[in-house]
Amino acid sequence: MIDQLSWKVGGQQGEGIDSTGEIFAMALNRQGYYLYSYRHFSSRIKGGHTNNKIRVSTSETRSISDDLDILIAFDQETIDVNVHELRDGGVVIGDSKFNPTVPEDLNVRLYSVPFTEIASELGTSLMKNMVAIGATSAVLGLPVESYLEVVEEIFARKGAKVVEKNMEAIQKGADRFNELSGGQIDGFQLNKADGKKRMFMIGNDAIALGFVAGGVRFMSAYPITPASEIMEYLIKKLPEFGGTVIQTEDEIAACTMAIGANYAGVRTITSSAGPGLSLMMEALGLSGMTEVPLVVVDTQRGGPSTGLPTKQEQSDLMAMIYGTHGEIPKVVMAPSTVEEAFYDAVEALNIAEEYQIPVILLTDLQLSLGKQSVEPLDYSRVEIRRGKLDPKEELPDTDDKDGYFKRYEVTEDGISPRVIPGMKNGIHHVTGVEHDETGKPSEVAANRQKQMDKRLRKLQNLRFNVPVVKQAPHEEADILLVGFNSTRGVIEEAIPRLEADGLKVNHAHIRLIHPFPADEMRSMIDKAKNVIVVENNATGQLANILKMNVGQHEKIKNLLKYDGNPFLPSEVVMKCKELV
Amino acid sequence: MATFKDFRNSIKPNWCPGCGDFSVQAAIQRAAANVGLEPDNLAVVSGIGCSGRISGYIKSYGFHGIHGRSLPIAQGVKMANRDLTVIASGGDGDGFAIGMGHTVHAIRRNIDITYIVMDNQIYGLTKGQTSPRSDVGFKTKSTPEGSVESAIGVMELALTAGATFVAQSFSTDLKELTSIIEAGINHKGFSLINVFSPCVTYNKVNTYDWFKEHLVSLSTIEDYDSSNRMMAMQTLMENKGLVKGIIYQDKVKPSYQDLAHGYSKEALAKVDLNLPEEKFNQLMSEFM
Repeated sequence: MIDQLSWKVGGQQGEGIDSTGEIFAMALNRQGYYLYSYRHFSSRIKGGHTNNKIRVSTSETRSISDDLDILIAFDQETIDVNVHELRDGGVVIGDSKFNPTVPEDLNVRLYSVPFTEIASELGTSLMKNMVAIGATSAVLGLPVESYLEVVEEIFARKGAKVVEKNMEAIQKGADRFNELSGGQIDGFQLNKADGKKRMFMIGNDAIALGFVAGGVRFMSAYPITPASEIMEYLIKKLPEFGGTVIQTEDEIAACTMAIGANYAGVRTITSSAGPGLSLMMEALGLSGMTEVPLVVVDTQRGGPSTGLPTKQEQSDLMAMIYGTHGEIPKVVMAPSTVEEAFYDAVEALNIAEEYQIPVILLTDLQLSLGKQSVEPLDYSRVEIRRGKLDPKEELPDTDDKDGYFKRYEVTEDGISPRVIPGMKNGIHHVTGVEHDETGKPSEVAANRQKQMDKRLRKLQNLRFNVPVVKQAPHEEADILLVGFNSTRGVIEEAIPRLEADGLKVNHAHIRLIHPFPADEMRSMIDKAKNVIVVENNATGQLANILKMNVGQHEKIKNLLKYDGNPFLPSEVVMKCKELV
Repeated sequence: MATFKDFRNSIKPNWCPGCGDFSVQAAIQRAAANVGLEPDNLAVVSGIGCSGRISGYIKSYGFHGIHGRSLPIAQGVKMANRDLTVIASGGDGDGFAIGMGHTVHAIRRNIDITYIVMDNQIYGLTKGQTSPRSDVGFKTKSTPEGSVESAIGVMELALTAGATFVAQSFSTDLKELTSIIEAGINHKGFSLINVFSPCVTYNKVNTYDWFKEHLVSLSTIEDYDSSNRMMAMQTLMENKGLVKGIIYQDKVKPSYQDLAHGYSKEALAKVDLNLPEEKFNQLMSEFM
């Protein structure tokens, strides 16, 4: 019996590869297995090779695995592209329709199952993915009934007959595999899972849920991979709470509309990826200058320009920290797990309002789209804090000669009282031009200095829960591994392997990118002989930020990958050994 | 009840003496009082340029944004608080060059705000360059041999984009301009009001006298019917866009807010943000 295995299904885009993976994974998630998936897809709707790799485990897992146990192929290309990933003795199940073959020099077992033929006999070739799922069940020794609940939910709308046919397809797939294999094959039977209920969701789902729970009632956004799911979820859910989403004409409108709505008192967000964030840069400066709270999600993907729109990369870091002309206070936070993405979405809203600043919630494609098992979230941790916003109907009279409210009053903590339009005696002016305490334009040097200092002072006392996730068992480590966003899982998986080779390894995963947690990182770096920064970009952006803030250039080394794919644990292990 | 004086503050506009924008400012202040607004229920959102400064010269909530983006900001304000009256404003460069994408989409989206463009057919604050409203042959610093690009017929464009309120006026006609702005504020949907507001410093062609000579008042056209889109288009084309009055109004089409599925009747800025635990658990269970 085994505790984890990796399964992959591949074929042409548009022929149900995603749903095959989805049904397989959902059924296993319901039984209490931990799932972690990785979708390989292209920027097109029909055609082109696509695959969905799913790791199944009896314990929590946040990384794809190095190898593969089972490959389901709907075409020969899937075998050609992926067969070398299979472990020794791995299984390939291909559709007999294309006469699957595997290279002779590999020790893999090939089973040719008539997916399409069985499905067609049952009424439609569309059910070939169900036949494939059935064959998978036979390999794993899972009863066909495990799929019933999921199949019923998916096809209930289409009637009992369709549910029945799909279940029959699964049964026939299992039967045919057993005939071919002559019964159970060894080495693929999973230990029983704990049976606990967990969610099966992508990072974008968690962020969107966080926004709903955190009081977002309006969103303005423009579709883009890999961010659109956030918008789609809010389009579905916000009307239940009186809210709505506007799909704008571009990202500039998305960002400025969100600024208008936040100014008027509604928690409003926008989400995008690199190209959209590039367009929003001027608006981010407006939010910083006018002190209007704003949360923008940047789901990083391969850049520059259109780059690799459906691939993993972490190369927006510098742009998010320094982007927009001039100098504004800004927070850039980077959750490292789906759970964190949920809590951070709520917290981003609070920070934006408490400090009256733009907050970038940074993710990457693998965190945003990698579907995985997630423990139930804690409602009691959801709190809404709106800082110095006091939404009353009427305020006391002001001493300004025009009766203007001092919205930009210079205060000790730099944060001014905030009012929203509609409040009596709250009238003030808001402008991206330098302004005085009531918001009226002013170029007076002394005022300029005061207002700049006021704005930039706001983050001096930033309270941020766990800016760095630390795993530091060693007082004197050989290696400190540093990462951000989705590399957390792969680093955690690499560490025991490195330790098995006698290396002492600490881990720091940075969750607050800006303002940078320099003190926390300094103490971690002091305890390590080597600092290896693991990141999906070509120029070592996080490593450079680390050097800028902490120094110690000689210790800090790059471990980079920018081919569009997430790191494998073995790559991290191998590169670390080379570097030390 | 507020009078137009309540919409004044003590700030002296930095416009040139004789600028058309003074009258537009006065017309907005009068219209606001005439329709019964209080200063704290009005938000004026403006773009960048000479005319963009207007949000600071009217006593109301004012938002002076970034170049070309007054419309998305204004739409955001209105979506957040449907109880506010929202006026967006700016110049022809702001709305028809850098912000043209937003203008067309604000028109077709039809959110209930009023957009007032101070159209002087030139870039003033950057000291005299061509605008998308400049006529062919118009000489400016950026077109020393005369502009070779066609001027945009914004009123015609608005009609084809699905506008529900299209009007044009002239800054010297304070009375007419005020009544058009009132009609725009009262219109349930997006209203576009283009105001010829001459630049006395940089535009020596399209002067006050020039407009007096060329503008045709729709009130002088017999049987003009502002609910007839075809007639509106034809009249604009026959007069090269140089007409004034309410060109077209669709009083039937509901605004975006009335059509948006589930959108709260209560101002969103006032709704409770807390999600009940039971609801939260239900949302989580949808992922299980």
